[in-house]
Amino acid sequence: MHANTRHLEELESEAIYVLREVAAQFEKTALLFSGGKDSIVVSYLARKAFWPAKMPFALMHIDTGHNFEETITYRDEWVKKIDARLIVRYVQDSIDKGRVKEETGYNASRNLLQTVTLLDAIEELKLDACIGGARRDEEKARAKERFFSHRDEFGQWNPKNQRPELWDLFNGKKNMGEHFRVFPLSNWTELDVWQYIKDENIPIPSIYYTHERECLSRDGQLLAKSPFIKLKENEKYEKQIVRFRTIGDMTCTGAVLSKAATIDEVIEEVAASRVTERGTRSDDKRSEAAMEDRKKAGYF
Amino acid sequence: MTDSTKHTILENPTRGLLRFFTAGSVDDGKSTLIGRLLYDTKSIFEDQYEAIKNTSELRGEENVNLALLTDGLRAEREQGITIDVAYRYFSTPRRKFIIADTPGHIQYTRNMITGSSTANLAIIMVDARHGIIEQTCRHTLITSLIGIRHIIVCINKMDLVDYKEEVFEKIRADFEKFSSKLEVVDVQFIPISALNGDNLVEKSKHMPWYGGSTLLYQLENIHVASDENLIDCRFPVQYVIRPQTDEYHDYRGYAGKVAGGIFKKGDSVVVLPSGLSSKIKAINTFDGELDEATPGMSVTILLEDNIDISRGDMLVREHNKPKTEQDIELMVCWLNEKKLTVGAKYAIKHTTQDARCVVKEVLYKVNINTLHRIEDDKEIKLNDIGRITIRTTKSLYFDSYRKNRHTGSLILIDEATNETVGAGMIL
Repeated sequence: MHANTRHLEELESEAIYVLREVAAQFEKTALLFSGGKDSIVVSYLARKAFWPAKMPFALMHIDTGHNFEETITYRDEWVKKIDARLIVRYVQDSIDKGRVKEETGYNASRNLLQTVTLLDAIEELKLDACIGGARRDEEKARAKERFFSHRDEFGQWNPKNQRPELWDLFNGKKNMGEHFRVFPLSNWTELDVWQYIKDENIPIPSIYYTHERECLSRDGQLLAKSPFIKLKENEKYEKQIVRFRTIGDMTCTGAVLSKAATIDEVIEEVAASRVTERGTRSDDKRSEAAMEDRKKAGYF
Repeated sequence: MTDSTKHTILENPTRGLLRFFTAGSVDDGKSTLIGRLLYDTKSIFEDQYEAIKNTSELRGEENVNLALLTDGLRAEREQGITIDVAYRYFSTPRRKFIIADTPGHIQYTRNMITGSSTANLAIIMVDARHGIIEQTCRHTLITSLIGIRHIIVCINKMDLVDYKEEVFEKIRADFEKFSSKLEVVDVQFIPISALNGDNLVEKSKHMPWYGGSTLLYQLENIHVASDENLIDCRFPVQYVIRPQTDEYHDYRGYAGKVAGGIFKKGDSVVVLPSGLSSKIKAINTFDGELDEATPGMSVTILLEDNIDISRGDMLVREHNKPKTEQDIELMVCWLNEKKLTVGAKYAIKHTTQDARCVVKEVLYKVNINTLHRIEDDKEIKLNDIGRITIRTTKSLYFDSYRKNRHTGSLILIDEATNETVGAGMIL
C-alpha cells in the first residue's frame, strides 16, 4: 500500500471508520459529489469501506448546468467504476420552479444558488446525513469543524453550539427534520489528497492536467471559454496552456497557467505553490523586496 | 523562504501521524509557538505571512508577530463566541503533525478535554518569569487524567530571564516535584524563546548549557506506537458487511477498527455478549487480505463459523476478556451548561455500543488546580470533573481507561437535546 507514507494509511483508516460510522448511525445518506478531487477521494474511500458490498449511499451531484464536459464524462465513468448509484439535482429546476432567481450581469454565477437546490434535495429525499469532502486545512473557520456536524431543521450550522467531539465516539443523534454533514477528510491536507491519489492510482478528470484552452482573463482570474460567460466589450478569449486546481462551476472556477502533465508534476506544483504561487500579491511583494535590495546595492 | 521547502513537503513522512495539543494561554506564548512551528516548517502561505507582517508593522511591533496566525481565536473571544478547539496541520520530512489548539483558561476545561482526547502528546507552556503556576498544575492534571503519556514542558521566554540555566533548573525541579504524584510516563523539558525561535527548530546559541534537543526534533522522534494497547485483543464490531450478490453470496464480514491487541488469521476468538467461539478465517481489506491487524486499523474480519453478530458486539480472546458489567465507576468531565443530575437518565455511546444509563451517585468532585477531592460540594457543573457511578441498561464490555483509551471511554448524551454533555473515563 503506502510503503513510505504511513500517515496516509492512518488517515485512510480514520476516514473509513468515519464512513462506516455514518452507515451505522444514519438511515438515508448521500455522498455529495462534484467531480472534484476531494469528493472523488471520499467516494473512493467509501468503495473501500464497504467492499465487497456496494456502498450504502448514493452519490449526489448538485448540477449547476455550467459544467466542464470532462467532469460529466468522468462522473459517469467513475460511478460505474466504483459501483455506485448517482442522483442528480439541477439548479435549473430550482430556477424554473421559482425557488431561486438567476443572477445577471457579467459575473453571474450559479454557485450560490446550489445551496437552495441542495437543501430542497435533502428535504425531498428525506436525507439524514450528507457526506462531504471538505477539509479543516482549507480555511480558518473550517479549522473548527467537526467530523459529524449537526444541522438544524433549516439546514443551518451553528458554530456557537457545536457538540464536543471526543475520542472516536461520534454523536449522530438528532431530532426529526435535522440532519448531519459528515467530513471524513477533516484531517487531510491538500497535499495529502494529491499524494493519496498518486499512491492509489485514482483516475481524475483530465482538466486537472495541462491542456490548451481558450481562456478569458478577468479580475486576475483565468476563466475557461463557455457559453455562460458574457464578454465585455474589450474582452476576448486567448489560447493558454492551463490546468485546473479545483473543479466546480465553469463561471467561477479559475484555471492556472501550468504545464503539469503528470500526477508527480501536479504534486510538485502544489507543494511549491505553498511558497510562490499565491497570486499577484506575493509577486508584488517580492518585487518590492527586490527593489529594496537594488536600492541597497546603490540603485538611485 | 528557502529552496528546501519543496523537498520538505515532498519527501514522504515516515513516522506516521503525531497528534498533539498545546496547553497554555496567549500570555504564555502558545500562539507564538504554534506560529513559529508553522512558519519554520514552511507551512504558512506567503500571503498569510505578508498579512501578519503588515499588521505587526501597523501595530508598531518590532518583530513579525507570529501569534497573529492563530488570531481567529482572539477575534472569537472579542465577539463573545464560544472559544473552541482549532486543528492545525504541518509536515516535516519525517512526520505529519496535527495540532489541537485549545484555549487554556479554567472555563475552557471542556475544550482541553476535547482537544486532548485524540492526542498522543501535550506541550505545556510555562513562562520562565513566573514558573509553575496554578494553570500549569491544571493543565498537567488534565493531561494525566486524559491519559497522555508524553509531555513536553516548554519553558518559554528564556530571553526575558537572560537565558539563565538556574531559572530553567528551578522550574524543572518544581515541576518534577509536583508531577511525581501523577501518572505521566515521559516528561521532557526544553528551554525556549518562542518569539526568537530558540530551541524550536534550531538549537539556541544563547543557551550552550542546554544539552538536549530542539522541540521539533523531539516531536519528530518521539515514539508513540507503543502507546496503544498491543496486548488485550478488542475488536468492537462497527458494521456488518453483507454483499448478498451472486459472487459473494454467503459473505458476512465484520467491519471495525481494532481497539486493542493484534488479531491474526487463524486466531481463536470469542464473541461478546453471546460467548460463542470461532476462528478468524480472514482479515480483509479492499487492498487484499492481511495476516494481522493492529490497533487503529480499519479492517473486515471473517469468521469460520456462522454466528449471529451485530454492531456493538466485540471480538476478544478466550482468556483475556474485558469487564462485562452494568454498574460502572468513572471520572466524568462535564461539558454542558445544564449540570449533571443524580437520578437522571442519559444516553451513552461506548465503543460501537449505544445504551442508556442512570447516574447513581456522585462520589466526589476534583479540585482541578490541586487534585484534592471535594466531598462537601457534589454538584458537577460545566467544566467540572468528578467521580461518579452509573448503571447502564445493558452490559458494556470495557477496560479501565488507563489500560485502553478506546474501550475505557464513553460519552453521555442528553436525551432531550441530543447534545454530548459528559466525557467519561472508566476506572
